[in-house]
Amino acid sequence: MSSERIYIYKRYERFWHWSQALLIITMMITGFEVHGTYTLLGFKKAVQLHTLAAWTLITLWAFTIFWQFTTGEWRQYLPSLKNVMAMVHYYTIGIFTNAPHPFHKTVVQKHNPLQRLAYLALLAFISPLIWGSGLLYLFYGNWANLGVDRYLSLEAVAVAHTAGAFMITAFFFIHVYLTTTGHTVFAHIKAMITGWEDADEHHA
Amino acid sequence: MIKHLVRLVITGLMASSLLAQAADIPVTASAAVNVKTSSKSTTDHSKLEALKGPFKTGPEVTKACLSCHNTAGHQVMKSIHWTWETKNPTTGKLVGKKWTANNFCGSPISNEARCTSCHAGYGWADKNFDFTNQDNVDCLACHDNTGTYKKFGTDAGHPLYADREFEPMEGPPGKKMFKAPDLTQIAQHVGKPGRANCGACHFSGGGGDAVKHGDLDSSLKNPPRELDVHMAKDGANLVCADCHTFNAHQPSGSRYAATAKDKHGFDLPKDDHNRATCESCHGFVPHKEAKINNHTNKVACQTCHIPEFARGGIATKMLWDWSTAGKMDAAGKPLFIKDDHGHLKYSAAKGDFEYGENVRPEYKWYNGIVHPVSITDKFDDSKVLELNRVEGSAADPNSRIWPFKVMRGKQAYDTENKTLVVNHVFGDDDTALWKHYDYAKSIKAGMDYAGFPYSGKFGFIETRMNWFITHMVAPKEKAVPCQECHTRAADGRLAEITDIYLPGRDRNTLVDTLGWLAIAGAIAAGLIHGTARFISRRRQGSKS
Repeated sequence: MSSERIYIYKRYERFWHWSQALLIITMMITGFEVHGTYTLLGFKKAVQLHTLAAWTLITLWAFTIFWQFTTGEWRQYLPSLKNVMAMVHYYTIGIFTNAPHPFHKTVVQKHNPLQRLAYLALLAFISPLIWGSGLLYLFYGNWANLGVDRYLSLEAVAVAHTAGAFMITAFFFIHVYLTTTGHTVFAHIKAMITGWEDADEHHA
Repeated sequence: MIKHLVRLVITGLMASSLLAQAADIPVTASAAVNVKTSSKSTTDHSKLEALKGPFKTGPEVTKACLSCHNTAGHQVMKSIHWTWETKNPTTGKLVGKKWTANNFCGSPISNEARCTSCHAGYGWADKNFDFTNQDNVDCLACHDNTGTYKKFGTDAGHPLYADREFEPMEGPPGKKMFKAPDLTQIAQHVGKPGRANCGACHFSGGGGDAVKHGDLDSSLKNPPRELDVHMAKDGANLVCADCHTFNAHQPSGSRYAATAKDKHGFDLPKDDHNRATCESCHGFVPHKEAKINNHTNKVACQTCHIPEFARGGIATKMLWDWSTAGKMDAAGKPLFIKDDHGHLKYSAAKGDFEYGENVRPEYKWYNGIVHPVSITDKFDDSKVLELNRVEGSAADPNSRIWPFKVMRGKQAYDTENKTLVVNHVFGDDDTALWKHYDYAKSIKAGMDYAGFPYSGKFGFIETRMNWFITHMVAPKEKAVPCQECHTRAADGRLAEITDIYLPGRDRNTLVDTLGWLAIAGAIAAGLIHGTARFISRRRQGSKS
């Protein structure tokens, strides 16, 4: 076992990831109850927990944005089209033929080019859709005071929020599946828990 | 503030009754009430020369009252309790018992002596009643504090002046002795109206306890907290007039001009002395949670806080079908059938009834404007007739979603003129329905008496009547749970309210379809990709 281990996910990052995961899962479960898909906690408790989780996540994001900028980690999300095709090729063909992973994680580049694109889409499109509609939904009672009641309808806001929820939920399942594509099924998850990733596994 | 006052009064009451017991004075119910009034009032009416009596009739008492309260008579004579009519403030139409008909007993016209047992006056026996004679005002119905005053059911608003044997039409066979109240004793023990005073009429609307309103019946005289958080002794212990504040004998709170959305809010410090809205005491933001306060713009307080009506153990009438009246039993006597609960389910005099207890209301948009059908109004008889359509919609900023008891009825109408009719039910004559069970005679007599055009042909039409529910407010922990409206279930409380987007019920089918496809696609992609990986890896493993 000559594999090298690198410390790739720092303590705050791991804390952020898992607490965010918990909050998003909570919001998916409560959100679809509010949507009427099923009955679990009862509508009122579902709304309360959904709202609480939303505010908690906003707070978490405030710290995380600060962390991203002070550590320079925000650069991890800069998109690059270089090697995107190689990643696509890997996921569609290479992975089945035991070809080496075309991307090697390093501390300064922890996301592969496809991941970068996916996270950027999440940040630039799904996130504003969900947060914008969610906050409008939450402050429905203040629309008149804010002077926005003429431009909005509860239905439009709720439907936009639901659309965002479907997107993030679909993303969630793909995200969870892709964690299993490391050199072992739980390698990526282990790394996100301990912070340490086995590097160059394919050469081992 | 009111709560504190009420507590003070209760404490005072308890203290003084204890004192009375200590002094070995027997404390009867009426004496306890006297303690209450004398502790607040600056006048002990039992000491007044004018009330020495003895009084033989109601009007004699009234004269004595008016000898001091010399504007009270004229104040009462302006009130709806006296006139039984009012002008609809939006439509300008004259409404009230004098003009409109309900789907209970119909109309008081030609049935005065019976119906006016709930008139705040004496002697309205026919259409010649003198509405300008203040001696005919009945002070005691509202101001009796002994609990013994009672207007007799068939004496045009008079109480009994001598004990009388009487056989009620629908009661058990045989005569019963009815005692005449002691007017002198009552006149000397008057004060502010309590729940029982208002209840004597308002709990018995439609001819009996709990019949009409659904949220008003005799269980409210001394309700448990569960039934009415405002009037319960261990709740706020309010009386009707604490909310239905009176200004110069004019009651506040009206079914003909309801405040569907109070924009005034707290009554204090700028008191308009109209507290017949929740907001008068609770303000505009009564809940701790903003999300719940957000509802108050569109949802009336009553909608969540009165989960069911007729919760006091007394059933309210939900259906009254006049068309079946007149059946006789084998002996040729009018038929009266009771159900297992002792409720009359068939009366030869009135037809078929259905009752309800703990009834979930129906919900409608309501902006306070109601359109009562007058007896002479023409209508379309090809469909169910709504006797008092309520106005409102989601788009109307003055509307809120209100709970209603919807009374179903079937009643006589003129099939040629397409109008309602006056049905002469009560009277000791040869046409009254309740004597002779003959509609042809009773309707003709009623219409002739009223002076309304009548073709002579009658039929029966199905009718609906909306009674908004506003009493029997439950404790907050018994409010309607959110998911009873926010649900996709077909029996959701607001299933009939379709002109709004209701979270938890409504969705955009396209977005939902695409969304579920996306989620299913994501899961399927993972499963397929993972299975392919698993298989290819095993193959490679077996190769090496």
